[in-house]
Amino acid sequence: MTDALTIMVYVLAVILIIAALFAVKQKDLLLAVIGTSAISVVLSIFFYILQAPDVALTEAAIGVALSTIIFVITIKKTERHEE
Amino acid sequence: MRKVIAVLLLGIVGYYIFSSFLEIPFGENRATIGDYYLENSVEQTGSVNTITSIIVSYRGFDTLGEVTVLFLASTGLAAILFDNRGRKRRRQHASLIVRIGAHLIYPLIILLGAYVFIHGHLTPGGGFQGGAIMATGVLLMFMSYRSFEVNHKWLTYLESFAGITFVTIGLSGLIWGDSFLANVLPLGVPNELFSAGIIPIIYIAVGIKVGAELTGLLDNLLKTIK
Repeated sequence: MTDALTIMVYVLAVILIIAALFAVKQKDLLLAVIGTSAISVVLSIFFYILQAPDVALTEAAIGVALSTIIFVITIKKTERHEE
Repeated sequence: MRKVIAVLLLGIVGYYIFSSFLEIPFGENRATIGDYYLENSVEQTGSVNTITSIIVSYRGFDTLGEVTVLFLASTGLAAILFDNRGRKRRRQHASLIVRIGAHLIYPLIILLGAYVFIHGHLTPGGGFQGGAIMATGVLLMFMSYRSFEVNHKWLTYLESFAGITFVTIGLSGLIWGDSFLANVLPLGVPNELFSAGIIPIIYIAVGIKVGAELTGLLDNLLKTIK
């Protein structure tokens, strides 16, 4: 691994942890869903760096697009704020 | 009393998990099956994408199970949301830019999805990814045009046809080959579009099935009772 790639991996890992904590702690469920979507984006880049393009493609299509939209539709039909 | 029993049970479970973890040597490569796949997959299955050859050929039966799980999830959601009075999507106020953009991008996304699952044995990707990309394209049209409808009858037909194709190919392997999903077609030259025997056919079937299922699922979710 080159130096620039190592720095990028560390930065991405920090973003991943921050997004995960944000998704868990957030009371507004719509923002929490955006947090999980951000986790999926970062994970997808990680899978690509770790030479698993198949998994990266799956994560990008299902984790970022489809599951996010399913959560958003569900929140729209139920309640937006956690008690 | 209950707490004591809970702690006791946790202790027993923890002891056995810990003692079985102690048996695992760290820092040693115990899973040597990966090397076997990397060395033999191209000549045994004819697919240059080793992951595809594992998913469809070596572990093809598991893939059939995964497709069945997705089918059950989609059917279950449709059963929960079913309503006799008829359901419709609510009015969507998509702006002109979104509508024109969606109209331009929609065929390209469908084409990309089809490319991903037709070239599953050559490039990264495959049936699941291609089907999900196709469903994303249809979702874009759902959100932009209120009048855009999918025909559920045709979706059901496509889904059943793809599933039947998968099982029929598997059974033909049992008849003419030596196992379920055995590669009965000629392997051809690796790295060409028409190669790897049954793998591209199965991945196209999986792609159509996943795309139809996810599209039906999204349509069911977006509709509300009038």
